[in-house]
Amino acid sequence: MIGYEVATHYLASASSDGPPGLLPAREQMALSLGWHIILACFGVAFPTMIYVVHRRGLVRDDPVALGLARRWAKVSAVLFAIGAVSGTVLSFEMGLLWPGLMGRYGDVLGLPFAFEGLSFFVEAIFLGIYLYGWDRMPPRRHLATLLPMGTAGVVGTFCVVSVNAWMNNPTGFRLVGGKVTDVNPWRAMFNDGVWLQFAHMWVGAFMLVGFVVSGVYAAGMLKGRVDAHHKLGFMVPFVFATVAAVAQPLIGHVLGLRVGDTQPSKLAAFELATTTENPAPLRLGGLLINGHVRWALDIPRIGSLIARNSFHKAVQGMDTIPVRDRPPMNITHLAFQSMVGIGTLLAVAVVVFWVARWRGRDLLPNKWFLRFAVVAGPMAIVALECGWVATEVGRQPWTVWHVLRTTDAASTSSGLWWSYAGAFVVYIGMTIGAFVVLRSMARRWRAGEMDLPTPYGPGAARVDEPAEPGR
Amino acid sequence: MSLAYVVAAAMFAGIVIYTLFGGADFGSGFFDLTAGTTATGGELRVLIDHSIGPVWEANHVWLIYILVIWWTAFPAAFAATTTTLFVPLALALLGIVLRGASFAFRKYSATVAQARLFGVVFASSSLITPFFLGAVAGAVASGRVPAKGYGDPWSSWLHPTSVFGGLIAVGTCAFLAGAFLTADAARSQHLRLSEQLRVRTLVVGALTGALVLVALVPIRHDARSLSDGLLGRAAPLVVVSAIAGAATLLMLYRRRYGVARIGAVVAVAAVVIGWGMAQSPWLLMNQVRIDDAAGAPATLAALLVVVGVAVVVVVPALGYLFWLTQSERWTRP
Ligand code: HDD
Ligand code: HEM
Ligand code: HEM
Repeated sequence: MIGYEVATHYLASASSDGPPGLLPAREQMALSLGWHIILACFGVAFPTMIYVVHRRGLVRDDPVALGLARRWAKVSAVLFAIGAVSGTVLSFEMGLLWPGLMGRYGDVLGLPFAFEGLSFFVEAIFLGIYLYGWDRMPPRRHLATLLPMGTAGVVGTFCVVSVNAWMNNPTGFRLVGGKVTDVNPWRAMFNDGVWLQFAHMWVGAFMLVGFVVSGVYAAGMLKGRVDAHHKLGFMVPFVFATVAAVAQPLIGHVLGLRVGDTQPSKLAAFELATTTENPAPLRLGGLLINGHVRWALDIPRIGSLIARNSFHKAVQGMDTIPVRDRPPMNITHLAFQSMVGIGTLLAVAVVVFWVARWRGRDLLPNKWFLRFAVVAGPMAIVALECGWVATEVGRQPWTVWHVLRTTDAASTSSGLWWSYAGAFVVYIGMTIGAFVVLRSMARRWRAGEMDLPTPYGPGAARVDEPAEPGR
Repeated sequence: MSLAYVVAAAMFAGIVIYTLFGGADFGSGFFDLTAGTTATGGELRVLIDHSIGPVWEANHVWLIYILVIWWTAFPAAFAATTTTLFVPLALALLGIVLRGASFAFRKYSATVAQARLFGVVFASSSLITPFFLGAVAGAVASGRVPAKGYGDPWSSWLHPTSVFGGLIAVGTCAFLAGAFLTADAARSQHLRLSEQLRVRTLVVGALTGALVLVALVPIRHDARSLSDGLLGRAAPLVVVSAIAGAATLLMLYRRRYGVARIGAVVAVAAVVIGWGMAQSPWLLMNQVRIDDAAGAPATLAALLVVVGVAVVVVVPALGYLFWLTQSERWTRP
């Protein structure tokens, strides 16, 4: 979040020619998207993980697995609810904050959103059935309701990332004299960038949820609660996270090659390349100060290898980009490198864990491994947020690459600071509310309560139910 | 009929359904708010939780459906509306966020004090959203949204049509919720509760009916075209709505809750459809016609594919969910 603040303040100075709504609109968009994306990841990846433990519980008649499924379902009830409302916020914001984008290109980019709406329907319907179906439905059919939820998560991710990929690779229309013609929404939806970006995001969601959930159980084991419940609760999400963490750098590398071909200014910002170099070094860390790169660690040639897949291809420098088309370099570079750094670290860590295990050494009882597993969750969140900051800020000053400038996309309303302030307060409140409720749920579970006796819910005991319920 | 009309009709169908399902959902907040103290209102609040718990997320996706069809099919008119009606839209959104979050939080909160806090936020924000969405409808229907957008941020919705539109929306939601909740209470054998709800729903229904009658006069002066349409082309629907509304009250009075529910749905659906009829061919009243607002034809055709998929995929699933919630095993607390 601090990254966003820095990002947007920096941008304010870079784009003082924009409409008055630009800065607050950016701040609000970054806040609400950055918040939504964490919960959206749970909507994407959690149903699949719940399915695995729930199925194990039924097939092996395993009460530990079934207990986990029940608890995860209750946690997801809270997370999905705030995920859904924060997603609704975004739908409004597309119009409230970016009328210049929606008014002009709504009919080009809208189709994936419409399909996304369908997948939300499916997700919300089956979520309702699953949450309330415990003990009210035949167990197998109840379990099966998780499948449409998982599928909807995949389709939903594809659709919304498709819009973002279109903003990076606009196709499916022609501009003739400033007018949008020849619109082909299918072509826009299945643009050239979508598959890779989707894969990267989808896998990222599994990393985030996998590491966060396994981290919760790692924390429990650190406090001495080493039992079957914690071991299974750690292992299932950790296996998902492992597969995702190993795949992610590969997908990310291919994605980076694409950026080099299609958005050279973004790649220059990623690599902090002020001038074209051939072969280019890999520049670790560093900041651009008064046009000079400071405090960077250069590893010769490797930049070309990583960014262009060869020792001979150049990384195009920012000096080849017209000044008015340059993105802010420092934020983009730092965000990108944080993502790559964390991604590499996590991939190495999971490989170490499994290799050790294969060689007969279990790291689970190791306190340092558990500590690492606890912080892996927040690190995955940071990586995901940094990835978005890198793509979004690196695309500047364009909202739609070489087609629509952000200054023309933003609302020209003057009161947007009020709306941003309101959004800020509400999101803080929601974060605190979610934290308090989830923590108290965990505490009550630890205290041995199975059905959370909530004051109003249709649970077992209701604190305030009148003595005779009037039947 | 042009492609644009078909898509507009599909979007409008979403508006009607959202008014009914989303409306009943929001309206339950009114009964939660007026349920009484923690001790005396507990039973009603449990009933509300049980009735809307499984369906509220799905009910709320109808709003997303409306928005995405709107900005995809009629992009410029969408931008015109959001830039003009920024304030009521933002406040409606605030209500949605607070309501959804606190509903979920309340259910799992640890103490009665926490539950009470989240409960108050849930219940009061349930009234905010219908009011401001009603105000938005009033602004569009009275021709306050200029085709180019950026209309006056305040006077565009601070006028009799919007204010009455908002109040009527709140009343309508409460009326719908009352009819549904009364039937739910009776079906799950909470007889004392159903009696209590019956009386409250009768009062809410009578007040909302009176409000609609009173509103006709200022709306006649404030929004001539809308009024002409309602009293002209859409008059039969207005009459149907009035009859159905009166019949609902009668059925409630006679404790025929199943039929009363249908009456409430017909009354509300008829008046919303009447508004749509009164307003067509305008998408933004007196500003932009549906045909002129439409985006690229290829996109409109693609949207019909989406609507088709929705009919095949979403409608049966939704039907299954509602069927489950009405079945005996689910009614059991
Ligand atoms: C858990 C999260 C996570 C992790 C560990 C990584 N990424 Fe990533 N990355 C994302 C999460 C993410 C993301 C947030 O999901 C982004 C933003 C846009 C997108 O499609 O994915 C992204 C964007 C993104 C882009 C920009 C694409 C564009 O602008 O079109 C590149 C080049 C990479 N990533 C490359 C990598 C590499 C080489 C990694 C190696 C370790 C890596 N990412 C790890
Ligand atoms: C990569 C980015 C995004 C991903 C992966 C994503 C995914 C999801 C998922 C999985 C859900 C379901 C949450 C749940 O019910 O558990 C959700 C909710 C939602 N998202 Fe996002 N989303 C993203 C960004 C956006 C954006 C940019 C918008 C809007 C412009 C948006 C709009 C919505 C809406 C409206 C909902 C609520 C649907 C409901 O009521 O259930 N999302 N999102
Ligand atoms: C979900 C993770 C995402 C995060 C954290 C994120 C972050 C950001 C940030 C930081 C900005 C401000 C950039 C700037 O103005 O310099 C921004 C802008 C924007 N993003 Fe994203 N973004 C995400 C995904 C998406 C998706 C999926 C879409 C499209 C569907 C999208 C659409 C936009 C738009 C329209 C803007 C404003 C125009 C612009 O500044 O380019 N974003 N986002």
